[in-house]
Amino acid sequence: MSLLPLFQWCEDSRVGEAIRTSKWLFPGIESIHLLGLVVIAAAVLVVDMRLFGVGLREHPVARLARDMQPWLVGSLCVMLLTGFLLFLSESIKCYYSFAFWIKMTSLALAIIFTFTIRRRVVFSDEGAVSPGWSKVVAVTSVVLWAGVGWGGRWIGFS
Amino acid sequence: MILKFCEWLAETPWSIALHESRYGYTTVESVHVWALCSFLSMAVLLDLRLLGVTLRSVPVTTVIRRLLPWSKAGFAVMVVSGAMLFFAIPVRTYHSIFFRSKLVLLVLAGLNVWWFHSRTEPGAAAWDLSPNIPRRARLAGAVSLALWAAIVVAGRMIAYNWFDCDRPQSAIVNWAESCETENSER
Repeated sequence: MSLLPLFQWCEDSRVGEAIRTSKWLFPGIESIHLLGLVVIAAAVLVVDMRLFGVGLREHPVARLARDMQPWLVGSLCVMLLTGFLLFLSESIKCYYSFAFWIKMTSLALAIIFTFTIRRRVVFSDEGAVSPGWSKVVAVTSVVLWAGVGWGGRWIGFS
Repeated sequence: MILKFCEWLAETPWSIALHESRYGYTTVESVHVWALCSFLSMAVLLDLRLLGVTLRSVPVTTVIRRLLPWSKAGFAVMVVSGAMLFFAIPVRTYHSIFFRSKLVLLVLAGLNVWWFHSRTEPGAAAWDLSPNIPRRARLAGAVSLALWAAIVVAGRMIAYNWFDCDRPQSAIVNWAESCETENSER
């Protein structure tokens, strides 16, 4: 089954239409999307750096992850909402954009990874996870999120 | 004179190559966004810590010592990739009201950093873990967040052509962008 009719429906939606025809709405939402990116990058990176053994090394991982959790969830919500609005305004373009599908795939993988494997690792007891495994988890997380960012930037170029 | 320099820059083979390349320019853009994530995320963590809203159990001096080197490294990549983006499209960027605003805001952000590191940070050990963060430290964090948010937005807006010189603009925009209009002389 093709997703094209669904994308067409999104493109034709009132919200999509309003954002597309407005001069300021798209850039405004895009700006919020970009500011949300900075916050989510902070919440993800500082924990991944710690898992890797750099940055706030003296601080327990679980504590750091707990501190960052509301920022991670909050900024992710902002990103998903603003991202969805941007998508509504150019759904058909996204459908045919290779970068969009790369982004959606990495996003799905990043979210699943973050809230399953990575969550288990960061909230486990100190010393329960080997440093090697921690590093693998940190690198995987950074690569997946970097893929989301890269794909996002490239949607604009296609 | 700056305009002359930008015009000369635009004619250099490297500038043309970067501007016209299929992947070169877009790659530099992507690197600019990645660098933004590493540089600004670390700076934002410090700002939020100064405001006392996160990482309250980590001493302020530790946040500065451990995270700022990463921020500085990201900033270096930011400046280099940003300079390359300018280098690819010099004349239009030179006129851009958003680019000009961004430069002014960057100078203000730089002054805030300088003020914080020279005046506020030296005494930070005294209130490292205190719930009562001095007013001027909180102020530095808030000002930094506001300025960087404005810088990011201004940077993104450079891509939009609403205020380009080749479109009819009001007198004030023409003045602010040093556009060459029919009744102005070179």
